Order: sequence, then C-alpha cells, then structure tokens
Amino acid sequence: MSVLVYIEHAEGSVKKTSLEAVSYARALSDKLSSGEVIAVALGSIAAGELAKAGPAGASKVIHVSDQKLNDGIIQAHAEAVAQVYKKMAASTLVLAKSSLGDAVAARLAVKLDAGLVSNVVELPDTTSGYKVRRSIYTGKAFADTLVNTDHKILAVKKNAVDLKTDGPLAVVEEIKLEISAENFATSITSTDKATGEILLPEADIVVSGGRGMKGPENWGMIENLAKELSAATGCSKPVSDIGWRPHHEHVGQTGVKVAPTLYIAVGISGAIQHLAGVNSSKCIVVINKDPEAPFFKAADYGIVGDAFEVLPKLTEAIKAQK
Amino acid sequence: MKILVCITHVPDTTSKIQFTENNTKFDKNGVQFIIGPYDDYALARAVELKEQLGASLTALNIGEAETEPTLRKALAIGADDAIRVNSFPKDSFFVSKQIAAIAKQNNYDLILMGRESIDFNGGMVHGMVGELLGIPSISPVMKLEIEGDKVKMAREIEGGKEYVEAKLPLIAGCQEPIAEWKIPNMRGIMSARTKPLVVVEPTSDAVVTDVTSFIMPPAKGAVKLVDKDNVGELVRLLKNEAKVL
Repeated sequence: MSVLVYIEHAEGSVKKTSLEAVSYARALSDKLSSGEVIAVALGSIAAGELAKAGPAGASKVIHVSDQKLNDGIIQAHAEAVAQVYKKMAASTLVLAKSSLGDAVAARLAVKLDAGLVSNVVELPDTTSGYKVRRSIYTGKAFADTLVNTDHKILAVKKNAVDLKTDGPLAVVEEIKLEISAENFATSITSTDKATGEILLPEADIVVSGGRGMKGPENWGMIENLAKELSAATGCSKPVSDIGWRPHHEHVGQTGVKVAPTLYIAVGISGAIQHLAGVNSSKCIVVINKDPEAPFFKAADYGIVGDAFEVLPKLTEAIKAQK
Repeated sequence: MKILVCITHVPDTTSKIQFTENNTKFDKNGVQFIIGPYDDYALARAVELKEQLGASLTALNIGEAETEPTLRKALAIGADDAIRVNSFPKDSFFVSKQIAAIAKQNNYDLILMGRESIDFNGGMVHGMVGELLGIPSISPVMKLEIEGDKVKMAREIEGGKEYVEAKLPLIAGCQEPIAEWKIPNMRGIMSARTKPLVVVEPTSDAVVTDVTSFIMPPAKGAVKLVDKDNVGELVRLLKNEAKVL
C-alpha cells in the first residue's frame, strides 16, 4: 500500500503547492498508516529538483521524463498517473488543486474507480468511515464528506497542512510508460504566461487593488509593496473587467480563489463576490478611505485612509523592519 | 451540429449560506436560485455558436422539479429544448453518470458547462464526463472557436493562458470571458413556455461520496484599526501578533 502524489513543476522546479500536497500525504500516511509516500512527476525536469520532494515528505519520486508529457495535456497526464498509481499499488492519490490538477483528477476518478473529494482542508478522520472536510460555497462553509470507495483521490486546498522541510532527499526513479496516441488528441499550440512572477494562486502573500486605485497607471504602488513582501498582485472584478489588469489577476467568486497567509486589499470595497475569493486567507488587511467599506467587517486589521498616502508609507515600513 | 449545455441550479452569489436539520441540509429559506454563473457563460457561448453554425442546443439539468424555472430561463436565453434528470444531484460522480448517459443517447458534438458549480465548487464533472465518454475534456476554457471540426480554445493556467486545439466531439468547462452573459428578452421568455422540457429518471443511484454534515466557519473577530499616520504599528502587529510576516 502507498500514497501517490501527483506533483507539478514549472520553470524547472516543483511547485510549492505540490510540495504542500506531498506534506499532506505524509501527514495522512502517518495518521492512517497508509504506507510509503511516492510522488510522480511528468515531463522534463532535473532529478535533483525532484529529490526536493523528500524534505516535504516523499521517500521516492517516480519520474516519467517523456517529452510528450512536457505540455499539460489533460488526458495524457491522467493516463500516465493512472498507470503509475496501479504500478505502485497505491490506495490514495493526493494532489494540489490547480488548473491542471483539477482537470486531471476528475478523469483519474473514473479511471481508478476512486471517490474524489476536492478543496480538502484537513486530514481525513477515520473514526467512523473515511471522512474528509472540504471547503464549499466558495469558502463560506465546509462539508464533512464520507468517501465510500476503496480508492480515494484528495485534491488539497492551499494551506491545508504546513509544508514540511526537514526530511532527507527523495530517491528519484526514472520509468517509461506506453501512453497510446488517443490520449494526445488535444494539443497545446502556445502559452502566454507571466514568467518570473510570483503566481497568484500559489502565493503566500497577496496584495490586491480595486477601483480605489483610480487607474492602471497607479499600479506601481501595489507592485512596489508586493515586491517588498515577495507577494503576488491581484485585483477586484471591476478592475479586470475594465482592463486595468489581466483576467488571471481577478480575485473573487468567478475569478481566482486565493488562500494566502496574508491578503492585503487596497481600495476594494469588499463586495460579497470578492470576499468569496479571499475568505480562506489566514490574515486580511484592508486599506480603504471609506470607513463604511464592508471589507472592514471581514478584515483582521484595517487602515482608514487614502491608498495613495498609506501605500508608500507601508512599503517603507516593511522595508525598514527587514 | 448538436450542442449540449449543462446547467446547475444554485443559490445566487449574494446568498447567506445557512443549514438546517442539525446541519445536514442547506437552508433554502429566502434564497434565490439562479443558473450557475459559470454555466451562464457556457450557455451564452453555446447560444452564439448555435446562431453562428445553425446548431441545435439542448439544456440539461440534474435536479428535482424545483429546478424547472432555472431550465426555463436557459430556454428563454436561447436553448431549443431542455432535459431534466429527475433527481437531487447527489455527488459529482452521480451527476457525471447522468450527463454521460444522456450524451450517449443523443451524440452531441460539443458539451459545454461551467468550470465548477458555485455550491460544491468541485469542478470535476466535465472531466468525469469526458473520461466516461472517452472524449477530450478541457477546463477552464476562456475562449472557444469552432473551425470545421477543429476547436480552438484558450485555457486559463496559473499566471496566464495556454492555447489548446482539439477535434469535436469534446467537452469544455467554461468561465469568463468566453462570452457575455445574456439576459432573456420578452420574446425569449414567451417562447420558453412552450419549448419542450423532457423529464427523465436517473440511470442509477450510485454515489461514491456522501455529505454527513455541514460546518460554518468560526465567526470573525472585530477588525483592529490602525491609524493611517502610524503604519509602522500595522507592520509590528502583522509580525508579532498575527505572525504572518
């Protein structure tokens, strides 16, 4: 028996959210005696990078370095992971929620006859049956969900467990798979992606701006603060709708749902649809000149004041405490 | 060309979420139900494609009789006919089985739905249906064009998008800005009353997961306000009290 973790990588390293999923799997296995934690990575990446899944909690990483798997082709990735799952005689698959992870997990649930729970926020409770807590209604509630199948797939939300960094490096084992052509019926013709930036869904700190920023030309202030905090930048829906910022920065009910340690909202009033995208944050700071802005009710800390005055001062204060 | 659009019947995004019966049932009291916002994008794009390609468009919902007004709204927006599978949508696997069964009977070229429902947020149904039918599933799709039997899509990924090509038949989970939401006009509303809405029974009752209880998050404490001329205090609090810096 073992727990398999599907890990993703970008720009040559394993994604932090995937390492968190490895730590989740480690904690799960320790709690339920589910055996070895094995990670699986697809496509080209250096073995030395994959070994870093070890400190997060994996004893071994299975690497399928087939270049055809470099692109995140959903069917092909699902087929590859299913084959590895069966080879490893795994009983549980763990992965981090992501654009590709969600799409792959759904197909795997059918392939493996596995019960699938997404947005998992805690370790399973097996006192009566196999019960998993997941976030629902866009973070406004949780549901305890019984999984009735022998095989289980858990898609884990960011911050469900703390990232472990203390284990030894993992053993990396290269394997080859036969993946039939019909799994490559989809092709990715090009990618248009921000590089070198901290990505919003994976960031530990997020600084978001709303219409209170008055125009895209003022985003430098948001970016400066974000840079000082090694944070990702986000925005409210109106800001992305009018094109001040790209769609992938839109945080909210119909945009990106974030779960950072710290969320700083500047000039965002706090419509319920925006709050739905941020309510899993550990700590929320709101800066708004309107003391009646509804966002203050959802915040841990607040400053009532003009963003254009407060932002530069805050950036300086962060710099000073380093 | 036959298009199927699957829609969910969900509480409107401003609803207060509460539970009853010892936290085992969603409290519908005072809640307005809508077409899921992501499904609304899928429906809008489906109506555009129908007009552009002369396709037929069927709307499908898995739900009890109470969801019919939501399906009628999809008819008012532009679907030609509707199917309701008469069952509470028990879990994503159950819903996927129902959709796959309907799709097998009717051989749709294109199946669209929202990237996820806004009640359970699983985002799994399109992938499961794709696997059950053995066709590609792509999500979240923010742009979709059909050229012959080729479908060109943009799929959102962390920090950007990738451009994806595949052939029909396929299934896509949609999100903005794939199309602008459509508001039904009076003619649409009138014609929706007489468009066919067929009710069928589910193919099986199999579920793989069961919700045993709902839990509300702990209440948020009051916000701690810091003076705008003393931002250093905020940094101190974030560092020493909240321990997030």
